[in-house]
Amino acid sequence: MTRPTWGGKAAIVGIGQTEFSKHAGRTELQLACESITAALADAGLSPADVDGLASYTVDPVEETELVRSVGFDAVNFSARIPYGGGGSMGTIYAAALAIASGAAEVVVVYRAIRARSGSRFGGAKVAPTPTSGHSGTTALQWCMPFGVVTPASWMAFNAVRYMHTYGVESADFGRAVVQFREYAAGNPASYFHERPITLDDHQASRWIVEPCIRLFDCCQETDGSVALVLASAARAADLPHPPVLVEAGGVASLFEAEIASDHYLPDLAVMNASLVLAEHLFGEFGLTRDDIDVGLIYDAFSPIFLMQLEGLGFCGRGEAKDFIAAGNLALDGRLPCNTNGGLIGEGYIHGLNLATEATRQLRGTAIHQVAGAQHALVSASRTGVILGRA
Amino acid sequence: MADAARPAPILTDDNAVFWEAAREHRLVAQQCGSCGRLRHPPRPMCPHCRSLAIDVVELSGRGTVYSFSIIHYPPTPFFDYPVLAVLVDLDEGIRLVSNLVDVDPASIDGTSLVGARVTVDWVAADSGAELPVFRLTGSDAS
Repeated sequence: MTRPTWGGKAAIVGIGQTEFSKHAGRTELQLACESITAALADAGLSPADVDGLASYTVDPVEETELVRSVGFDAVNFSARIPYGGGGSMGTIYAAALAIASGAAEVVVVYRAIRARSGSRFGGAKVAPTPTSGHSGTTALQWCMPFGVVTPASWMAFNAVRYMHTYGVESADFGRAVVQFREYAAGNPASYFHERPITLDDHQASRWIVEPCIRLFDCCQETDGSVALVLASAARAADLPHPPVLVEAGGVASLFEAEIASDHYLPDLAVMNASLVLAEHLFGEFGLTRDDIDVGLIYDAFSPIFLMQLEGLGFCGRGEAKDFIAAGNLALDGRLPCNTNGGLIGEGYIHGLNLATEATRQLRGTAIHQVAGAQHALVSASRTGVILGRA
Repeated sequence: MADAARPAPILTDDNAVFWEAAREHRLVAQQCGSCGRLRHPPRPMCPHCRSLAIDVVELSGRGTVYSFSIIHYPPTPFFDYPVLAVLVDLDEGIRLVSNLVDVDPASIDGTSLVGARVTVDWVAADSGAELPVFRLTGSDAS
């Protein structure tokens, strides 16, 4: 296979975010404007420098409204990646491709969301007509009449088959959650700042979907926004922060994939998307798992965190529970993960806040800094990137 | 009991073949008119051979629980909670999202429901729709 030529040619040069809350009190469009201008200021750039935008589906912000609000006047590249939050890292991948090819010079990646005060992300999706929105057409058409109407319930079939196949129990998921909440407790930006939990707390939290997802296994429903600014590695060298290179990226295309589930794939005891993503990330760019110093792995629900660890190959099938119990997610472990608290602990900006944390880790400015971190893998399940310190 | 009828399935030109048969309590799948492979959910083209020729075949209604879940929250007016949802691998090789009825979710130990043999039955939904659900094989009416 020919090695892609774009790896390492684009860099994250700015990050910005709003506060993470349960009631922002302003529109997604305003939240996006705030995080984007903060990210541009962080990069030492202005809206006039921006010629590209990349987002992903289930975006309440129309690109045209964003352009006329922030005052972009030269956007000639834009992309919108499928899969909802699973596509969040596809934005960085697309931005890096655009920059490496010369199609764009400065690309802004963003997400603004009111997942608590607006349309609740954990709420039931019952609609009278097909929609390309939140739940995807497959889930609405073939799950809704049977009461399978929430993201937790769409993903639960995979989680239960995984538990059945490998003897995984709720407490095994809980050990990951306890670590994320410990990270979140030390992160002032997180919703669960100074609110760690014990495994007993996790086990006492009520069922959302039994026997796999308790309340504390679920990510937050968050109001807020994050944005990242990307530019060429050459231009990044002249900007204020150490560049964070996009070393590798990919999209996991799966036959029969849905937005938030894979109900029709033969084997649901493994995260099929992670197998394909790992082939891209570790097969094409000369990077190995041993190169990864920190993981930011999409924890919409804790079971899919364990399943991605296995699918990406950081441990064997069915071994994530032992990998976690051995303390490997901690700062001194084999693969510190979700050091901002993850989507479960910091908040759920539809996955994109995993990329801002990866950027802080590689700048050396994370609150829970992994000493000497050179490479971070960010997995949104269906899309992913490896970022590297320049 | 639930406060409102189960939501009717969303009908499209591509999926109507399944739900129209369901109204007559017939469980069907598309079969490619060229290569003969079954597929579900329905779609206009055979993903294996690109044929647009479609036959419709009736299925046995017998299968095995591949996975399941017991959905507690958030409650909606349309269902009795908790909802016992199943993924059923039908003997013909088609997988369906459905419900298991007449089983008390509280009686299920761990993941022990995986592998159970089940047989199709039917429940009413809104607007005269009928939905395929499943009972444990050997229980009443199966």
